[in-house]
Amino acid sequence: MKVSMIVNGSERSGDVEPRVLLVDFLRTNLRLTGTHIGCDTSSCGACTVLVDGEPVKSCTVLAVQAGGRGITTVEGLATAAGLSPIQAGFHEEHGLQCGFCTPGMMLVATSLLERNPNPTEEEIRWAISGNICRCTGYMNIVKAIQHAAAAGQASATAPREKAAAAAGGE
Amino acid sequence: MFPAAFDYRAPTSLDEALSILAQHGDAAKVLAGGQSLIPLLKLRFSRPEMLVDIARIDGLGKVGRDDGHVTVGALVRHVDIEASKELAASAPLMREAAHWIADPLVRNRGTLVGSICHADPAGDWGSVMLAMHADVIARSRSGERVIHAADFFKGPFETALKPDEVVTEVRIPVGKGPGGGAYLKLERKVGDFATVAVAIHLHLDGGGKVETAGIGLTAVGPTNVKATEAERALQGKEPTDQVIAEAARIAAETAQPKDDVRGSAAYKKDMVRVFVQRGLKTAVARAKEGRR
Repeated sequence: MKVSMIVNGSERSGDVEPRVLLVDFLRTNLRLTGTHIGCDTSSCGACTVLVDGEPVKSCTVLAVQAGGRGITTVEGLATAAGLSPIQAGFHEEHGLQCGFCTPGMMLVATSLLERNPNPTEEEIRWAISGNICRCTGYMNIVKAIQHAAAAGQASATAPREKAAAAAGGE
Repeated sequence: MFPAAFDYRAPTSLDEALSILAQHGDAAKVLAGGQSLIPLLKLRFSRPEMLVDIARIDGLGKVGRDDGHVTVGALVRHVDIEASKELAASAPLMREAAHWIADPLVRNRGTLVGSICHADPAGDWGSVMLAMHADVIARSRSGERVIHAADFFKGPFETALKPDEVVTEVRIPVGKGPGGGAYLKLERKVGDFATVAVAIHLHLDGGGKVETAGIGLTAVGPTNVKATEAERALQGKEPTDQVIAEAARIAAETAQPKDDVRGSAAYKKDMVRVFVQRGLKTAVARAKEGRR
């Protein structure tokens, strides 16, 4: 059946069986392979995407359920002008080692800072509690999110312009 | 992993959903947030011919309040319960329990009603519904049916629902006197299913005696377990340490846990005793503070 949704700001559609999972639609039909498949059992969070701004595990959502919704994947974070504030934070604080969990971690963090621009360490740790880092690099992931928050880069009003400035337009 | 093939319908009215269910009977399965159903489909433990996605039906996503009850609609998600000011004021036990469910991402999609219809004996909401003496409101083309939570859970992953029924909401009495609750959960790591969990809810009368008590047990039987005998041991009594200890002992006897990777049956039984004792003390203290 036909399904269409707004992915990273543009309308995308495809013809899929109802049983196709959102993560497979993104990776296979749309070729957006930044969203990873980890455990495939909604435990690890590698497949995290934002649906209407909220992080969900796209291995446990059918593509047809996401019809008409707004999806943000890791490919939607940076702009031509540069890294998003969260991406800049992960870059500055070594928030990734192997990088497998990073797209999910960054999307969760992006959503957290939209809702709560100045979270405590405790709030950050709770926010990422559905996402597993197989390198166990949690210390630096938390620091990366704190970096983005402290830089005041994640204000809901103009995140991208500020991010571009902070990332030195790289 | 992906599910076996199925047909998919996303009706925009309840009547339409009920017609589809009437037509397809137990070949159809209702989908809300999908956080329990989709994993089952992927593992092919469940192979329905048709999924009826109720997420696009208006009016099922509300938390409401009427005289003496709060209502939670079929599309109200765990995260909505955590954030609800109404529930924080009238049923704070629900907020406490919601926070223990899975992880924040799952809570962004999963629903209370979906969770109880899934009827996993290790599910958290079943115990909370039992402790709060909730009613489950089911609709079919032949009308509305009210099922007490105590009659709802029939076995592992089995409920009193008929194939043509949809649960539209749960209705929870909030009581008039000072009330208090607590949800205690033992888990191996954040977001895990319970090794053991306990839901407690009680109301005190003007003299400080227990007017109503509710105790629900998670992951220690074929369904969420209502500890009826332990509830009775509290009824009409002043909740002294001794009375509470006795109720906790009885609740532990009601529990029928099994040995598994999360712990031995004996350990789980004793954790029921410890949690019921602790939870009752917390609930009584909260009721006395007027916290509910």
